[in-house]
Amino acid sequence: MAARVAATVWRRTLPRVNVRKTYKLFIGGAFPRSESGRTFDVNGHNAALASRKDARDAVKAARSAFGKWSGATAYNRGQILYRAAEMLEGRRSEFPAEEVDEAVDRLVWYAGWADKLAQVMGSANPVAAPYFNISSPEPTGVVAVVAPRSFLGLVSVVAPVIVTGNTCVVVTGAAVEAITFAEVLATSDLPGGVVNILTGHAGEVAPWLASHDDVNGLDLTGVEDAGLAVELERQAGETLKRVLRPSDPKWTDDPGTGRMTVFLEIKTVWHPKGV
Amino acid sequence: MAFEYAPAPESRSIVNIKPSYGLFINGAFVDGPSGFKTVNPATEEVLAEVAEASKADVDKAVKAARAAYPRWTRIGGKERAKYLFRLARIIQERSRELAVLESLDNGKPIRESRDVDVPLVAAHFFYYAGWADKLGYAGFGPNPRPLGVAAQVIPWNFPLLMLAWKIAPALACGNTVVLKPAETTPLTALLFAEICQQADLPAGVVNIVTGAGPTGAALVEHPDVDKVAFTGSTEVGRIIAKAVAGTRKKVTLELGGKAANIIFDDAALDQAVEGIVNGIFFNQGHVCCAGSRLLVQESVYDEVLAKLKRRMATLRVGDPLDKNTDIGAINSAEQLIRIKNLSQVGEQEGAEAWSPPCDLPRHGFWFRPTIFTGVSQAHRIAREEIFGPVLSILTFRTPAEAVEKANNTPYGLSAGVWTEKGSRILAIADQLRAGVVWANTFNKFDPTAPFGGYKESGYGREGGRHGLEAYLATR
Repeated sequence: MAARVAATVWRRTLPRVNVRKTYKLFIGGAFPRSESGRTFDVNGHNAALASRKDARDAVKAARSAFGKWSGATAYNRGQILYRAAEMLEGRRSEFPAEEVDEAVDRLVWYAGWADKLAQVMGSANPVAAPYFNISSPEPTGVVAVVAPRSFLGLVSVVAPVIVTGNTCVVVTGAAVEAITFAEVLATSDLPGGVVNILTGHAGEVAPWLASHDDVNGLDLTGVEDAGLAVELERQAGETLKRVLRPSDPKWTDDPGTGRMTVFLEIKTVWHPKGV
Repeated sequence: MAFEYAPAPESRSIVNIKPSYGLFINGAFVDGPSGFKTVNPATEEVLAEVAEASKADVDKAVKAARAAYPRWTRIGGKERAKYLFRLARIIQERSRELAVLESLDNGKPIRESRDVDVPLVAAHFFYYAGWADKLGYAGFGPNPRPLGVAAQVIPWNFPLLMLAWKIAPALACGNTVVLKPAETTPLTALLFAEICQQADLPAGVVNIVTGAGPTGAALVEHPDVDKVAFTGSTEVGRIIAKAVAGTRKKVTLELGGKAANIIFDDAALDQAVEGIVNGIFFNQGHVCCAGSRLLVQESVYDEVLAKLKRRMATLRVGDPLDKNTDIGAINSAEQLIRIKNLSQVGEQEGAEAWSPPCDLPRHGFWFRPTIFTGVSQAHRIAREEIFGPVLSILTFRTPAEAVEKANNTPYGLSAGVWTEKGSRILAIADQLRAGVVWANTFNKFDPTAPFGGYKESGYGREGGRHGLEAYLATR
């Protein structure tokens, strides 16, 4: 009896033991551990350390998701990106205070582009013959993204890639923000596999994506090692991926349309006119 | 009933081919290292000796282009436009000469060089001339800047047309250029150099260096070029994409293709057969966007095949300068070997070849129009670009199967779809992963219509408003 009383007192006097979170990968809408079983420390948090096989799985998930996502109506994609903005707004406290407002606004901005791009980037072509001739933008396919460290940077590179109908595999070392953002995306009706996030080292994982036959585009914005960037671009050349070279933009500036257009294809359709 | 055609040769007296040509650098022809002979592929007659530019020659050409760049930009779009209009007009005025020379050097029928290539060349210069002083309205910001010096390497299948696709938008945007024509077809580019002189185009704005692979590599890898534009094989495209890694160079690549031409059972079959013939036999099949994989719905397979064979039997193969000729000469001995080799592989792998009976000239490089039946998707002739008058025929049952087979290729340049059902055209066109989709037509081109590939057929677009982006600093 005396022992039970003592235990109760002991529990009352010490703080509650909190539940720690392991920041796992985000692949195909699920949060798996790395198949390698490895983790790494990110500011005192445990995060899964992505491997080559995780990269392979992520590309597979991205490819599987491409048909449905690229075939969704532009209106629907815009709605989902706006939903992601709503979810992010609701979880503001979990993100860096100095970046989260801009990040929400950026999602809203790109959400609005979904059903305007075809009008701005497309054209009706006045060919010199009796043909109906129209050019429209279409997504490139699966895009591998090496994300910049900052949270606003992450949102600013992912949103333009997916709003047009691409799916992506993101590599980042900033696991805490990235995986918390994945939780935002996972609750935004974004189909699984549209965004896949591999936390770990760009130098280890990105070469497998740059040389992957089923990846169509490569965004090197967040690559900090110039030598690695050249090597990745060279590898991407083997399968003629569309490559966005590294840069360090001011993320609070007007982003323009360049991050969307680099991963768009223009399709021109000809049809005769006649009675 | 067989129709007999009397020969109707176009006179070659309109062209004046010099025994040898130098390099066109800084507005003048200069001597270059003696290089190679360019031959008429229809006769194997030597047409001229052409210089093979060395690394040092390429450097001179790039320096000339660099020196001309500030002034060419500074004179402004309004003045640049007038130079381009001038070029377009001279091309029109000398169109017969250009067409005959193109057919002599390339082997393509005069009917095509006269009615397709050269008119499109003039139209392309007219189109981009008009853009030169309107770039601020093109959707790339209020005052888009040119890139600088453009290195341009073009193929032998449409020598002058590819030159126009490269040079016209580059100059309109305010860039200066160094262009390398293909080693087997340099003559119309060298005649274009004369046209630049005739137009009083400022020296150094256009430079033309002849040569083969090493000359092209020296040009692409030159540290002082800001832009690389290449049309040619996917194999060389990969090399270029790797070579420019880590540089500031903006790149556009227009590479190979293995286009599906899909015939649904409700298509207007006679029209479709014309489209099939045009799709694969236009320009001897030396067309990156050729409809080289025919996908026929099973229910009309026998009918389409019979009609196609009947139509192919009327194709006239022979003298490119004969106005009756449908199919001219294969461009080079090397290309002929490649076509023969892949065709042999087709038979070895179990496909069945058929060609109409036709006599081929005794000299020159020739290949009969050929179709392969019994082709599976795994056959090399269904996967690799043959770049010749060789069609692989496959079948399908459902629209979904047609789309899956059409997209089952690393290429994505073009595709064709034939059906009388409008909604089906739109749905299929949406699903085809190709940069150009021809519905109930094939191999149509226009300066206002963007052209270029998905996937390993390259990136960037040529033609239309979109074609400007390749030559402007847009990000």
